[in-house]
Amino acid sequence: MADIPEIEALTPYARSLGITLDSWEDGTPILSVPFDEIVEGRPDHYHGGATGGLLETAGYAVLRAELARQDRAAMLKPINITVQYLAAGKSRTSYAMGRITKLGRRSANITVEAWQDERSRPIATAVMNVLMAEPTG
Amino acid sequence: MSEQPRKFDPSKATSFFTGRGHPGWLGLKYSDHGDDWVELELPWREDLLGEEGQRVLASGPILSLMDMASGMAIWRAMDEFSAIATLDLRVDYVRPAREGASVFGRSQCYRLTRSAAFVRGLAHDGDAGDPVAHIQAVFMKIASTARL
Repeated sequence: MADIPEIEALTPYARSLGITLDSWEDGTPILSVPFDEIVEGRPDHYHGGATGGLLETAGYAVLRAELARQDRAAMLKPINITVQYLAAGKSRTSYAMGRITKLGRRSANITVEAWQDERSRPIATAVMNVLMAEPTG
Repeated sequence: MSEQPRKFDPSKATSFFTGRGHPGWLGLKYSDHGDDWVELELPWREDLLGEEGQRVLASGPILSLMDMASGMAIWRAMDEFSAIATLDLRVDYVRPAREGASVFGRSQCYRLTRSAAFVRGLAHDGDAGDPVAHIQAVFMKIASTARL
């Protein structure tokens, strides 16, 4: 199982926001972010942007893990993301895990779910398309 | 600007929302507004980069910027502050933002119903005619009767 070091799975933005690699499940990284003032929107709730950032980061992480497993080098560039907000994110840790729906040569389609207490009750989901560009070195 | 003074003035209200929490952490600032739109500024920050080794702003902060600008555009269009929640937000990242540049997020509330608010907008890094992202979103009013 080609687990990748945390430092490569997370962008400077993600580390700034407090996102960490929580665990691995069948080769897929589960990310988490603790509730803190920097993710807060209305009092005691996650800001929609912070939840979106967690989802997006989990999407990139599952893609990086799969590319590393296939020994593929690529620069990831966002094409788009659509986030569905299903329930308010309360003042506790949030988790997110992505799934690659389609991995092509140039782009990947990824779905992501975020949850808090119960994985079966997601607080938000996302679908994203990511461009995999040739590394420019 | 409208002829009559309005209750929700984004130029004054922005600091209330951006003085703390996630918008405060991002350092969002008021930039401009109209009757049904608001533009906020996200100043360049070294610790918000995306890909390691690339001098490009991550996409997450742009999503946050647009979520906040959209909320404020809705309060501007309603002319009051009331609790709303993002239901659905789509962002198309059409090009990377320039290194070192602020990103401006401009969102317009083009339709308000009793329950929902529909917005569209763009993010640019100095020239609104050459956007870095386009967005579309729907927000729900909280605790209102569920009628469209």
